[in-house]
Amino acid sequence: MTEQHPMPPSHPAPDRLPGRLPHGGRVDRSAPLRFSYDGVPYTGLRGDTLASALLANGLLHTAPSLYRGRPRGIVTAGVEEPNALVQLDGPCSEPMQLATTVELYEGLSATGLPGRGRLDPAPDESVYDKRNVHTDVLVVGGGPAGLAAALAAGRSGARVILVDDQPELGGSLLCGSLLGGSLLGDREEIAGGPALAWVDAVRAELSAQPDTRILTRSTATGYYDHNYLLVAEHRTDHLGPHPVPGVSRQRLWHIRARRVVLATGAHERPMVFAGNDLPGVMSAAAVRGYVNRYAVLPGRRAVVLTTNDHAYATALALVSAGAEVPALVDTRPEPPTALVEAARRAGIEVLTGSAVVGTRGDSTRGDARVAAVRIAALDADDAIRGPVREVACDLLAVSGGWSPAVQLWSQSQGTLRYDGDLAAFVPDRAAQRVDSAGAARGVPDLGGCLDDGFAAGARAADLAGFPVAVPATPPVSGDARPSRPRPVWIVPGEEGDPADWQDHFVDLQRDATVADVQRAIRAGMRSVEHIKRYTTIGTAHDQGRASGVSSTGVIARLLGAGSPGEVGTTTFRGPYVPVSFALLAGRERGALFDPVRTTAIHPWHVEHGALFENVGQWKRPWYYPRPGEDLEAAVLRECRAAREGVAVMDATTLGKIDVIGPDAGAFLNRVYTNGFTKLAVGAARYGVMCRPDGMVFDDGVTLRLADDHFIMTTTTGNAAGVLEWLEEWLQTEWPELRVRFTSVTEQWATVAVVGPGSREVVAAVAPELDVSNDAFPFMTARETRLASGVPARICRISFSGELAFEINVASWYGLSTWESVMQAGEPLGITPYGTETMHVLRAEKGYPIVGQDTDGTVTPQDLGMEWVVSKQKDFLGRRSFQRADTARTDRRQLVGLLPLDPAVLLPEGAQLVSDADAPVPTRPLGHVTSSYRSAALGRTFALALVAGGRERLGETVYAPLPGGVIAVTVTDSVLYDPKGTRRDG
Amino acid sequence: MLLIACPWCGEREELEFHYGGQAHVPYPADPSALSDAEWGEYLFVRDNPKGPFAERWSHTAGCRRWFSVVRDTVTHEILAVQSSRSVAAGQPKPVITP
Repeated sequence: MTEQHPMPPSHPAPDRLPGRLPHGGRVDRSAPLRFSYDGVPYTGLRGDTLASALLANGLLHTAPSLYRGRPRGIVTAGVEEPNALVQLDGPCSEPMQLATTVELYEGLSATGLPGRGRLDPAPDESVYDKRNVHTDVLVVGGGPAGLAAALAAGRSGARVILVDDQPELGGSLLCGSLLGGSLLGDREEIAGGPALAWVDAVRAELSAQPDTRILTRSTATGYYDHNYLLVAEHRTDHLGPHPVPGVSRQRLWHIRARRVVLATGAHERPMVFAGNDLPGVMSAAAVRGYVNRYAVLPGRRAVVLTTNDHAYATALALVSAGAEVPALVDTRPEPPTALVEAARRAGIEVLTGSAVVGTRGDSTRGDARVAAVRIAALDADDAIRGPVREVACDLLAVSGGWSPAVQLWSQSQGTLRYDGDLAAFVPDRAAQRVDSAGAARGVPDLGGCLDDGFAAGARAADLAGFPVAVPATPPVSGDARPSRPRPVWIVPGEEGDPADWQDHFVDLQRDATVADVQRAIRAGMRSVEHIKRYTTIGTAHDQGRASGVSSTGVIARLLGAGSPGEVGTTTFRGPYVPVSFALLAGRERGALFDPVRTTAIHPWHVEHGALFENVGQWKRPWYYPRPGEDLEAAVLRECRAAREGVAVMDATTLGKIDVIGPDAGAFLNRVYTNGFTKLAVGAARYGVMCRPDGMVFDDGVTLRLADDHFIMTTTTGNAAGVLEWLEEWLQTEWPELRVRFTSVTEQWATVAVVGPGSREVVAAVAPELDVSNDAFPFMTARETRLASGVPARICRISFSGELAFEINVASWYGLSTWESVMQAGEPLGITPYGTETMHVLRAEKGYPIVGQDTDGTVTPQDLGMEWVVSKQKDFLGRRSFQRADTARTDRRQLVGLLPLDPAVLLPEGAQLVSDADAPVPTRPLGHVTSSYRSAALGRTFALALVAGGRERLGETVYAPLPGGVIAVTVTDSVLYDPKGTRRDG
Repeated sequence: MLLIACPWCGEREELEFHYGGQAHVPYPADPSALSDAEWGEYLFVRDNPKGPFAERWSHTAGCRRWFSVVRDTVTHEILAVQSSRSVAAGQPKPVITP
């Protein structure tokens, strides 16, 4: 892949843009901040975003577009920005950040990105954390509606969380006119004073409420089932790239809310016309925000293009700030007279029923940016009518209308409807306990948003159980209810038809145009979801936040649909804004990624150089290499010790469940395929559990301690699953049985002493016990007191075929008991062994491991264990053994495999075929489930599931592998001591 | 993530629970009396409705109790919760009106 570099820093000379205004704005002029962009140093102010600081330095250009390499500029002032992507430098640089949302800090260093970032391989040393909270009312959005909702809900005494993505509350009010005594009437007032004074008062009241929490710099990114929302809080990003000691950099809030109010506002839409991607074409609302909030003038001579009333405030703000506005182009034939007159009084020519049909760039200075726009009248069908007039400008401020930010609403599964009067998709039916309020549901004016917010907040508190009166809305001025917009979804090109309009951009990040949409439609696509995937519109970093509804409008227009409502929107999915994996991971990294379970004997294993294997969450010793030994050498040595001398293994991790109650035996009889009611007290029995479908689910040895008390062992990885299984049957099917289960895995430590020498060792550690075969036969257990005084339960159980004893002690005696066994065994050369040796020993004996040699399609009979399936009683799975499928003779059965070359080790998972030369693809006979080198056999061997395997004993089958074909002989699964002569020593 | 009201412990996060499939599918009283087709129906066939669905959950990381809920599979709204004890005691299944 070729690395794409941003445009060489041929930034326009600073004199091209006016830059910072001499006064106004919410920036701190006493706090200059140095920063660099594409390696060039600049200065901005505290309160700037990177984008506003760039504009203040006369820079408009971003990196060029990803696919077509077209020059691009800053378009918006927020999360809907399609162009201004940057990589933020730092100890671990951050890709794909938006210059429009990055707060400026001293020393910030950024590089423009053409739509693709670079993941920094350096470790991120910052801390990311999480909090889980419950709240009565969650308000998303700190603009007028959200503030009103939080205020109303907070007054009820309910627990309230208010979330807003900006550093300060106020939302759209932050971008309103701040110039005192504006002559132009665009100053917003609430309760007779500046709107931001009202914001301050609300914040003060909310802050004084004991159960209200305000989260700024926090974005609700996902809305999941049962009012579960994720909020990403940026805690120190605005201070710079370095970790701040004692403070997490970002925090992910997991919030469960009884009620949610979505006051997420609205995004201004772009318009689709020829050359609409030229740098200098900006959102009108963003231009107003840059002028009013950041005191930055993005152009000297601006044309305004609008479908609605809102952009008039932009035109007036530009004039107030000293820019020239030669023309305001309104698609509506008859805009409101008051607005037109206000514009004309400011010296702006208003062109009604018209649109910008093209832009012309200035290429004389080597940087394409808008130099003139071409304006024409449109007829009622949006066709160009009459002559085209060119107006010189260096900025085109565009308002294509407003799209309520319905992303979270849609994620909550709420439905949308298209409102023709607003020309927007608005929330319709809620699917969860949520309301939307203000501009987020299409309320277009400040007074309406306050009304709506107060009502929604009071309703939310009420429904959460905190009844409260709806506060009275204070008087509002400066933002009258707008009149009806006239959306023009496609401004036609001056020539050709839609298939030719390759500079009518619909999605800037994807460089997708009207021509692309037309091609998708000509290819037969009608659904917005299909067209999205064909054109990739809405799939880039901005996820169509600004362009989504415009693209629906374009599709509707090209399909000849009556309205965008007939086309609909694509599905909105979380996250609403990109979230870093580091934040999602939080503290759950490294050692904290997953809980680690260790046995009481673990410190000894560590001290003696064991290597460990993860079995579920358990750390089990894998093998204990001596100096110079690899896995193979160590395991051969450990196996030899177990077969010829004495060896010891930590078997603590086997699942252990106490089964207690008068019906314990009856219960076990139903869940195991073999019988347990007649098991004598003090005796042990191996059992297999099946699911009702007859497939093996678990196995293990169960010991009867008393008439009404059994202790069951399970496979290490399945202990929790077995307990749940037992509970399920007891609680839901057999509640009449008097039996209870308790997990005792961690209460007992188990030391398995294995090999011909084990009797001598156990006799030494348990002097009170008669360990002779007559007094203590195979598959029995004895309670005793060890030489150390520790009470122990010793069982004669073998998972190796050798004479073996399992010493169970309370886990706090586990380590000392292990050490006493090691000491007693020292004269015999007792050898500790790990899971690898355990596997070899059990495989030599053909003992399957559930989950390794079985996979949920294997019956006990397939394993050659007919003997464990009772003919006398009913049990889970019994009926399935009469099914035709379980009676098939070509079922895969467990067999042993001996490679013809005794040195060749089969890989586990290798497929087996009967004919090595059969053309591929061929149907495999089965596969290798376990494969080892055996010290006892002096060769390699394997276990496998092979179709009709027990009928194939002696046959040669083949494992075709990338390195060649391995020929193997099928044998019985028991390869070592088939007569079982060794278990009694 | 669902918020599930365990009949014994109250509202807890879904991650404390394990899902147990469709509720009220009793183990046949006499499996041997069933035809292969009937037994196969019990083993493998479950409803998959769009709308209210009675299903079993186990509060694995809590009280370990199995219980039944009626959940709308479209909205995930939990319409009813019933302890396994009441299910086992033969109390009527919750009446579901879509």
